[in-house]
Amino acid sequence: MSNLLVFVEQREGCVSAVTKEILSAGAALAKELGVEIHALVLGDKGIGSSSIELTDYGADQIFLAEHPELNVYLGENFASVIASAIEAGNYRAVMFPATAMGKDLAPRVTAVLDTVMATDVTQVEVIEDGLEITRPIFGGKVLAKMKFRAFPAVISVRPNVFPPEKSSGAGHINKIEVSLPLTEGLSVEKIENLGRQNLDVSEAKSVVSGGRGMKGPDNWKLLEELRDALGPEAALGASRAVVDAGWRPHGEQVGQTGKTVAPKLYIAVGISGAVQHLAGMGTAQTIVAINKDADAPIFGVADYGIVGDAMEILPKLTEIIGELNAGE
Amino acid sequence: MEIIVCVKRVPDTEARIRILEGSPEISLEGVKYVTSPYDEFALEAGIRLKEVHETTTVTVLTLGDDEAQENLRNALALGADQASLLRGSTTMDGLATAKVLASEIDEKKPDMVLLGVKAGDDDQQQVGPMVAALLGYKCATNVTNFQVQGSIVTCQRQIENGTEVIELALPAVITVTKGEFEPRYPSLKGIMAAKKKPLVIKDVEVPESRLVLTGLEYPPERDGIHMVKEGLDGITELVQLLREEAKVL
Repeated sequence: MSNLLVFVEQREGCVSAVTKEILSAGAALAKELGVEIHALVLGDKGIGSSSIELTDYGADQIFLAEHPELNVYLGENFASVIASAIEAGNYRAVMFPATAMGKDLAPRVTAVLDTVMATDVTQVEVIEDGLEITRPIFGGKVLAKMKFRAFPAVISVRPNVFPPEKSSGAGHINKIEVSLPLTEGLSVEKIENLGRQNLDVSEAKSVVSGGRGMKGPDNWKLLEELRDALGPEAALGASRAVVDAGWRPHGEQVGQTGKTVAPKLYIAVGISGAVQHLAGMGTAQTIVAINKDADAPIFGVADYGIVGDAMEILPKLTEIIGELNAGE
Repeated sequence: MEIIVCVKRVPDTEARIRILEGSPEISLEGVKYVTSPYDEFALEAGIRLKEVHETTTVTVLTLGDDEAQENLRNALALGADQASLLRGSTTMDGLATAKVLASEIDEKKPDMVLLGVKAGDDDQQQVGPMVAALLGYKCATNVTNFQVQGSIVTCQRQIENGTEVIELALPAVITVTKGEFEPRYPSLKGIMAAKKKPLVIKDVEVPESRLVLTGLEYPPERDGIHMVKEGLDGITELVQLLREEAKVL
């Protein structure tokens, strides 16, 4: 039982940002354990072009599973190919991104291999008898440490937690034979994009989140302008109240019945701070609260606070941040 | 059509969760329990299918202790036809849970299995796709809405940058998230009717957890808040702090 394996998630043919984060974390772990870190890429012919990037983030061995039908993500196909690759490799742990794809895929792989899995992991440590992970439970109200009694341990890693760090791996390329299961009666028709939001709130470096204090959906343009001023790695979030009111789509909801986020900067505007919301954004690096109610619970978890009317504060804040970024 | 909806009894999402001092255990004293919110979406999806296709039956299934009968009765009041309690201890090990549920589901051979995308306590998001893998059913996760036509179900699943539309042949496992299936409230008539609906209890052996809890802690506390001046006056200072102290701009 030795090496570590990272599943490489691709979006529009590119290695996803979270994959680089996991490879970095995995490479550091592999070094500590004195083992190799392997990367597994699935896709159509041509995926080999990603291997340079993977090597730059520490991959020692790169396994390429090429097949025209792997061009589109289908859980059944991917799980089958990955499980075979894992069985051939005798791994200690296999790491997936805790994204829509990773969360669909990793449990299937775990079931096929009859092993054990931990989801949304935020820390991995080497202990005497193996690995110990930390993961949030109860929507982030508590952090649990866990270890594994079966191997390989399947781990899905939360985006935005581990910094991507370059380190050069050996980068040997291996092509693996692909045989696909019968996936009759299964097709992915299309992927609809929501327009500008190529970045999901769970993966953004900065999040501008709005609540009831925004007074109505029309005022969201103020939040959009702030998001744009913060740059291309910013996204919009929302409280449960405004999602339930139909002002914003559920995909933007932050909190226990929405998404848990860990951005560098979280700006909560007009959000009072229900316990479920606080659990969902509590691990953000820096939290800013803007609220006209000085007693709002959000101020209890924020690093910086400003009491005032969001409609007045937002345009000015956007202007100053915009000037700052334009000057660089 | 035969539908099985799997639900889990969990602490209310509004509950404060306390760690028992000196042990890796949660103190659940005085905590109110509910049906996991995502499972409520799944149940609503199942009940709506009943309203469209008259021959549809919905069976609600849970793994839990005797207390979980309350959640099953509630599901019956909302419109499920029958309920099964698999009496055994719940576990964080998703595959252990999936094996218990899959073995029961396999006996019933439903057309569709609906579950919440995750449970509101351990947040593992594993059981649905694991049940599908164990039984060889097709599977779609994180689904906000779906439509059944003949033996095909078309699912809209939420992904990072939008929505993916996926078609599955039945039998299929679908894990449901918040979207089109806003749960209803039980009617008085429903509550009365639920008392007469069948609720079967069966003792089960849950495989030993292969995920071992070694510790619990609260998220790190923050250093306290720095309030800047009220209103417009504070904005310049705020931006300066974010840039120079927090280094996030």
